[in-house]
Amino acid sequence: MADVTAATPPMPGRLALLWRSFAENRGAVVGLVIMLFLIFLAIFADVLALHSPIEQFREHFLVPPVWQEGGQWLFPLGTDDVGRDMLSRLIYGARLSIIIGFSVASLALLTGTTLGLTAAFAGGIVDILIMRIMDILLVFPSLLLAIVIVAILGPGLFNAMLAVVVVTLPGYTRLARASALSELARDYVTASRSAGASTLRLMFDTVLPNCVAPLIVQVSLGFAVAILDAAALGFLGLGAQPPTPEWGTMLSGALQFYQRAWWVLALPGFAILFTVLAFNLVGDGLRDALDPKLKR
Amino acid sequence: MLRFLLSRVSLILPTFIGVTFLAFILIRLVPGDPIEARVGEHGISDERLAELRHEFGYDQPLWKQFLDYEVQVVKGDLGVSVVTRESVWKEFVTLFPATVELSVAAILFAMLIGLPLGVVAAVRRGSAFDYGLMGMSVTGASMPIFWWGLMMILIFSVTLDITPVSGRISDAFFVEPWSGFMLIDCYWSDDEGACRSAWSHIVLPMIVLGTIPLAIIARMTRSSMLEVLNEDYVRTARAKGLGGVRVVIVHALRNALIPVVTVIGLSVSGLLGGAILTETIFSWPGVGHWLVESIARRDYPVLQSGTLLIAVLVILVNLGVDLLYGFLNPRIRR
Repeated sequence: MADVTAATPPMPGRLALLWRSFAENRGAVVGLVIMLFLIFLAIFADVLALHSPIEQFREHFLVPPVWQEGGQWLFPLGTDDVGRDMLSRLIYGARLSIIIGFSVASLALLTGTTLGLTAAFAGGIVDILIMRIMDILLVFPSLLLAIVIVAILGPGLFNAMLAVVVVTLPGYTRLARASALSELARDYVTASRSAGASTLRLMFDTVLPNCVAPLIVQVSLGFAVAILDAAALGFLGLGAQPPTPEWGTMLSGALQFYQRAWWVLALPGFAILFTVLAFNLVGDGLRDALDPKLKR
Repeated sequence: MLRFLLSRVSLILPTFIGVTFLAFILIRLVPGDPIEARVGEHGISDERLAELRHEFGYDQPLWKQFLDYEVQVVKGDLGVSVVTRESVWKEFVTLFPATVELSVAAILFAMLIGLPLGVVAAVRRGSAFDYGLMGMSVTGASMPIFWWGLMMILIFSVTLDITPVSGRISDAFFVEPWSGFMLIDCYWSDDEGACRSAWSHIVLPMIVLGTIPLAIIARMTRSSMLEVLNEDYVRTARAKGLGGVRVVIVHALRNALIPVVTVIGLSVSGLLGGAILTETIFSWPGVGHWLVESIARRDYPVLQSGTLLIAVLVILVNLGVDLLYGFLNPRIRR
């Protein structure tokens, strides 16, 4: 292993190269800026939000945004049907979405990579069994499977996140297995094996670092999928429950009022769209930067 | 050829068993006893409970229960809705055409717009049009369609008042449900008003459900075209002096379409997932709407068998695409 790292250029140079390639893609840079902004919102939500996301101002139902007639600076983006400040809810929603994306993507990555590597290394019946299970999960439309899982476990943010992990698992598993299999045929693995490295060491120390590139891309795109699916479940009433300021849940609460108050409907949706878009752009940019072969 | 066919068909058997197993096991995970869940809040004596448990086979070991379930499914017995007391299969068959109609309309819409856009973007690679389209494509693919649908309603139904909000056709019309597909039935009924009503009802859900496929098709067509445009046979055609449009349409597009069509075929699963959200927003009386309703009603037989039927459908469509691809491309027929 030590020899292999020594043969490649030192890390800073590689990162700089990666960044240069990434920065060529203007969309990816825009996505990265939005992403950093969202992470900033998520971290400093307590400082940035004017109000608590669940505080109800009883005299201020459905106040329009400040630029519209009747709007006031106390509620820059207006209030919802029970007088909660939209801006504060959106900011806390950003925190929630980042947490959802991060937890779902990392849990799916961890489980999927372990399963994929196990399948690749074990081969035979274990391989067939794991991959068959993944095929079966893939047969169900992912949203439908997530809905069924949540319907059974009971609605709630945690169960919704668990369901999204299950439905996104096959992607990570297949990817990890495929890249591990292509690495397994390489000489350095044979060398490491004949030097007496244990299977676990081969799996996680020798092969895994060389499968990282596609997995990083998958995680970035997985963030987007996780946020989108969790919001869809929230919208159907199966995800986060009111008064949690989750964007999808906010939309489902807006259904009765959207004819009178467009902002209650439009704003959470824009927030979801921009967030998902940002992670998709970054994912695409990373794919192009990490894998020149796939470059458009 | 026959061997190819047999090998592909035999591959779906384990998948089918796995899918039924998942449908079987998921419902067992519902907290509490399935019988108690079925009885609901009315309460029941312990004796009667044991009796019912025996009657439905819940006192058998799990593997035996699964075998019984498998036999049942293969026989076509998919259970009875707890709410309507109607057989799940019958309900599915009644509602399914609405879902197919919407999905087919959405995919045709996506192809009709996405293919030409992708071709133009590839031919004018690097132009403002190309960048604009690719930007729109990644935005479209990121769209939370449940929100997109509501925005469309807000703009076109509420503000502009040009399309209806929900359903398949206005109550003012009655069309003999001959095929189950409203647009076809309206066409046969010779009732122009009904036709117009049906079209105005399907247009928004069609656009909403078609948005993500449209984004994907435009992008796929573009990259597939770019690849093909560099091939020797395209250069040869150009060298022969053939006109630009002819080369693009006849020589390049025909070859570029193969991967695009495969992707469309394999996107059925995603399309059905989108249909769940679209049907819920537009109260479209299809299978997706039905499944979402079944959750609120705790109608587990509907949820279980409905999900199973959709999964089997996806298996069959994927098999069809696979076989078709094998016929078209002899190289993979091994």
